[in-house]
Amino acid sequence: MTDDVALLLRRAGFGPTAAELAAARQAGYEATVSTLVAPFGPDIGASSAPMPDLGLDPYAENPNPTSRQRAEADRIRKTQTDLITRWWLERMVVANHQAVEKLLFFWHGHWATSVTKVKSPQLMLAQHRSLRESRDIADTARRMIVDPALVYWLDGHLNTKRAPNENLGRELLELFLLGHGQYTERDVKEVGRALTGWRINLRAATSVLDPREHDNGRKTILGSTEKFTATSVVNLLLGRIECVRFIASRLWFRYASSTTPVPDRTSARMAGAFPAPMSMLRALYTDEAFATTRDTMVKQPIEWLVGAMRQLELRPTRIPAETLTQLIDGLGGLGQRPFAPPSVGGWPAGATWLTSAGAQVRLSLAGKLASQLTPGRLTPEDVAYILCIDKWTDRTYAVLRDVRNARLLLTLGLVSPEYLVT
Amino acid sequence: MDALTRRRFLVASGVLSGGAVAAGAGAIGLARLLGTSSKAAPPDPTRQTSKVVLVTLYGGNDGLNTVIPYADRAYHSARPELAYASREVLRLDDKLGLNPRLRGLKGLWDAKRLGIVLGVGYPKPDRSHFRSMDIWQTASPGSPAPTGWVGRWLDGVNAPVEAAVSFEPVLPPLLVGRSRIGACVSYRGLTLPDWISPDLVAALGRSQPNEPEMQARAAASFADLLTMGDVVRAAGQPTQTPDAGDEPAVPATSTGGENALTAQLALVARCVEVGVPTQVYSVSLGGFDTHAEERAGHEVLLKQLDEALTSFVARMAETDAGRQVVVVVYSEFGRRVRANASDGTDHGTAGPVFVLGPRVVGGFYGEQPSLTDLDDGDLKATVDFRDVFGTVLGSVLGADPARYLEGYQGKLLPFVPSD
Repeated sequence: MTDDVALLLRRAGFGPTAAELAAARQAGYEATVSTLVAPFGPDIGASSAPMPDLGLDPYAENPNPTSRQRAEADRIRKTQTDLITRWWLERMVVANHQAVEKLLFFWHGHWATSVTKVKSPQLMLAQHRSLRESRDIADTARRMIVDPALVYWLDGHLNTKRAPNENLGRELLELFLLGHGQYTERDVKEVGRALTGWRINLRAATSVLDPREHDNGRKTILGSTEKFTATSVVNLLLGRIECVRFIASRLWFRYASSTTPVPDRTSARMAGAFPAPMSMLRALYTDEAFATTRDTMVKQPIEWLVGAMRQLELRPTRIPAETLTQLIDGLGGLGQRPFAPPSVGGWPAGATWLTSAGAQVRLSLAGKLASQLTPGRLTPEDVAYILCIDKWTDRTYAVLRDVRNARLLLTLGLVSPEYLVT
Repeated sequence: MDALTRRRFLVASGVLSGGAVAAGAGAIGLARLLGTSSKAAPPDPTRQTSKVVLVTLYGGNDGLNTVIPYADRAYHSARPELAYASREVLRLDDKLGLNPRLRGLKGLWDAKRLGIVLGVGYPKPDRSHFRSMDIWQTASPGSPAPTGWVGRWLDGVNAPVEAAVSFEPVLPPLLVGRSRIGACVSYRGLTLPDWISPDLVAALGRSQPNEPEMQARAAASFADLLTMGDVVRAAGQPTQTPDAGDEPAVPATSTGGENALTAQLALVARCVEVGVPTQVYSVSLGGFDTHAEERAGHEVLLKQLDEALTSFVARMAETDAGRQVVVVVYSEFGRRVRANASDGTDHGTAGPVFVLGPRVVGGFYGEQPSLTDLDDGDLKATVDFRDVFGTVLGSVLGADPARYLEGYQGKLLPFVPSD
């Protein structure tokens, strides 16, 4: 069914352009799934948005700054945080391999780390690069547990064998690999011990194990007893069926439905493809349960903004700097700024995005986007085509029908209930 | 809300005089609206309804370093680097004292306007931030529930959207009901861009038969925006609205919550003073996940909390409407009794809940948990949190607690005298 292709593209990426949707309909559902999860060749679009080279963190260059140098270093960090934020948005907009970019955005919300505490844009970008370079979910998990941004975010660098700090260990179990309730408080404490001794090297943007601070003793975790380390504890968790099911449920939650649980059969099919995330997504997209989730997911603010920019052919770097700043501040107002999830639990979902305050900010952002264009005459049907909306409800059509201003038409399309839900 | 209903609402809430309505409520600027409301007849004190302000501290506030058992040797030996010396604390009695940063709250205590409920928790404590906060907000410790306890009250009284308001960008589960949902209001104010007319927004917010649920909720957010726009415009902007970034950041893992508590409470104050009919306000302060180097960061947070609460309560005491306000401050759990080696504390269990306001009968409620009779290193709760929220439902909102606490028959605490 052609409608299924539209649903697939909306969920797998940030929002298809009309041309992409037409091509995918031509190719058919199966072929489109294959192209999405195994894109061929280098990403030509993304090549025009190379990852910025930030150089050394100012605090790595000068670990003992005077208060004046500190102020300057903080200013540089802020500028660089803005730089990587704008770069990532640009990359999401221009990438042809949309499913790859969307998956990276998913992992950012999963291993949710925020620059508001980490402070160093170098560490945030290093984590981003690490997520991007990972071969599969197992590789991601082994990298993340010693990733300097994540370790710092969850106080792992202060975790010593004398009295372990549980922050990282608990979230590894609850939020990253097993899911709430799949472990005991005793496991939390023991995982905390296994993760002792890691320190941050700001200069190299890496973490290193200080053997003097690492607890070498035996630990009992989920019934297994050995001298667990960061890597071996992650390996233990990756081997548990609870972990495989948990990751499948998280993918379902973000790609299919945040309100109904993943059906057992779908979960089992996805689990069969673990640890390859794209293969798990292929299993999801080709499962009959996927199509039944149509019209249930609320676009997250970044999905909404990036999708809109793609469809309107706007590139962040070509938007006046002041307007782009307003757009990114607007994302903050909606509750979703790249590199700054609101909590270690990642982004919210569903109806919680649909607040009156959110409606107000979206109106303002949509107006700013439309103001960047000089469209000719448009009909409501044209707007539906540009924004890849299947059909207007009578309500929205009645609103659009009487609007003569093309920019206002586009703005209303972008904030319409039909556009917000996939 | 259509224009006519909107005007009726503004008149009924005492915000607008007849003249203002005649001039067209939608067209009146902020300054003129506020001018109008100050000239209007003073609110009738017999019509004042009680209001509750729920302050959520996200991250798990360290209760033992907030209400400090300074006379207990076990406290000092469990956390030598983190403990406050007896001479530092603001003494409440011969056993307990407030953190030195809570000077304003100490003043309220002395004035008998601060109630402290000790050892609040629930059976089988969960140390996950997210699950535990869900438990507090849904008031359902046994199994996950899809609705918050305030949301269920909204359902039960068939409340209009302005009955419960949050000043956060994302709605807390607390205010989510099955059919009703509280409103989220931007603390930067609620104004429409000048290029779009309220009529157009209202048309976009109209419900459509058989629309998918999320799409219907997206439409409803526009209708709510107009309603709340009127409510907030009527309430006016707070005199000071510092950005979240203006308050010092705390090096804690974020587990949710806003930072600009002062700004949120300033908006609440304005809403209350001009007679906005909201009965439940939800505000928050985040950053209490103090696993490392806790003392300095925790003090920054407590100071923010103290200043925001103290000035709010003082301001509330000045008006009839304000004197009906009860503030409740809670967090998802306390911290472990023993400090970790990072000079912080890990997730624990029970903690104190603050209740304050002109109507509150100050003093201790419940019992301080023992520091030696522990549950695997954690405090044993002595008060069920549903007793606190049940009291709020019963004594402040005039509702039957059991109806909204899923049948829980609690013990009401006499911190607010019933009318």
